[in-house]
Amino acid sequence: MTTDIPGLAPSGPFGANPSFVDLLRRARPEALPPALQAPLHAGVPAPHGTTVLGLRYADGIVMAGDRRATAGYSIADAKMRKVFAADDYSAIAIAGAAGQAIELVKLFQLELEHYEKITGDRLSLEGKANRLAQMIRGNLPMAMQGLVVVPLFGGFDERRDEGRLFYYDATGGRWEEDDYQTTGSGGAPAKNSLKKRWRPGLDREDALSAAVEALIDAAEDDVATGGPDVVRGIYPVVLTVTAGGAEDVPEDQVAAAVGAVLGSRSEPRA
Amino acid sequence: MSFMPYVAPEQMMKDRSEYAHKGIARGRSVIGIEYVDGLLFIAENPSATLHKISEIYDKMAFAGVGKYSEFEDLRIAGVRLADLRGYSYGREDVKARDLANAYSQSLSTIFTQQMKPYEVEILVGEVDGDASGTAIYHILFDGSVTDEQGYVAIGGHAEELTETLKTRYAEDWDLATAVRTAVEVLRSPESRTIESETIEAGVLDRTRTQRRKFRRLEDREVAQILGD
Repeated sequence: MTTDIPGLAPSGPFGANPSFVDLLRRARPEALPPALQAPLHAGVPAPHGTTVLGLRYADGIVMAGDRRATAGYSIADAKMRKVFAADDYSAIAIAGAAGQAIELVKLFQLELEHYEKITGDRLSLEGKANRLAQMIRGNLPMAMQGLVVVPLFGGFDERRDEGRLFYYDATGGRWEEDDYQTTGSGGAPAKNSLKKRWRPGLDREDALSAAVEALIDAAEDDVATGGPDVVRGIYPVVLTVTAGGAEDVPEDQVAAAVGAVLGSRSEPRA
Repeated sequence: MSFMPYVAPEQMMKDRSEYAHKGIARGRSVIGIEYVDGLLFIAENPSATLHKISEIYDKMAFAGVGKYSEFEDLRIAGVRLADLRGYSYGREDVKARDLANAYSQSLSTIFTQQMKPYEVEILVGEVDGDASGTAIYHILFDGSVTDEQGYVAIGGHAEELTETLKTRYAEDWDLATAVRTAVEVLRSPESRTIESETIEAGVLDRTRTQRRKFRRLEDREVAQILGD
């Protein structure tokens, strides 16, 4: 049993609670994102992030997202990042109310790191996926008011020695995907695109190409999804998680993959 | 109703201090050494899972000797403090000095106000920027803090070990030299034999590209360093 130490943060019922969110709720409730403490009034116009996707390939998973955030008919941000490493072996991609979503990611990253430091062990991939579901469920009051956050989560399961992919709905429902999944406003066209290109055991290059092509397709069919901007050098964020850990795909490789897809489309037709 | 006899405050503090000293003296020691790339904490610890040396935050590490449950409580409280502060402000705003002060305040309160003092001695280490940013804070069971330079030993044979370290320590040791020398120093009292599997070691390595600079040395690595 952990005792509370005078002047330091309190512990909780029994043992050392490894949850950072619980700690924050006890120690500094005012610092929690509103939805995780109590409902807030609705109707605040907030930027929304749009299309993200994830797919499994031979070495693990690929996650990718476009860079646009919209507020109504305006583009709120053309260079937003929506795909993040959650820890060394997992990644999270978010679509939906941007402010809420970014805060959720930050909290989730801390939750994993805090757990690891307190217990001395990394959470299992299953454990991480479940914890995320609970945190999204905590956002439900905000989701009811339109500030929906719907992430994709994936990582490399060290125990099973394979990449795994999960997706969520706004109520915290959690499903595991065997192949690929998309979410956000451009999710449908992106998914249709992946459907044509995805095969079991894709190699890294093909997986990267399928991911950027799906985002290009999404940008063509969905106004809220930003296509690659070759002029200003804004490319999708793509991240891989393999046995070697979570890694950003270098921008020049993404640019090359984008170039190849765009090139194949601009070839003169016979 | 029980009757408490009068005890002079001096006597009370002396008794508590003796009690804590005895508890700490029973345990094994931890050595902290600055080396060329950062800071090494090293200890003899027969358990591979109940650690004496741990990560607190990006650039901060913790080492404790004495009663496990008590320094473990302090470690957890430290991780909480650091994570809360990093979340509320920024990651670079989490400083070892603040944590050392918090530990000092808490241990001092416990020492004076609780039935029994904590039987612990702890180290908080930090690396920041270049070598001048390295700090080792040494906090005693009564809350007194010292800022150590270069090397420090805590626990069972602390005084003896510190004397030995003083004669041997040189700046700019590489990691292997620091580990080898520290193990020799740990072995010196009573000419103990210490197997390499019972060595627990962790470093704050400022050359790591990752945000988190703490790294545990694996048994294999320690054995390799001690083997050659």
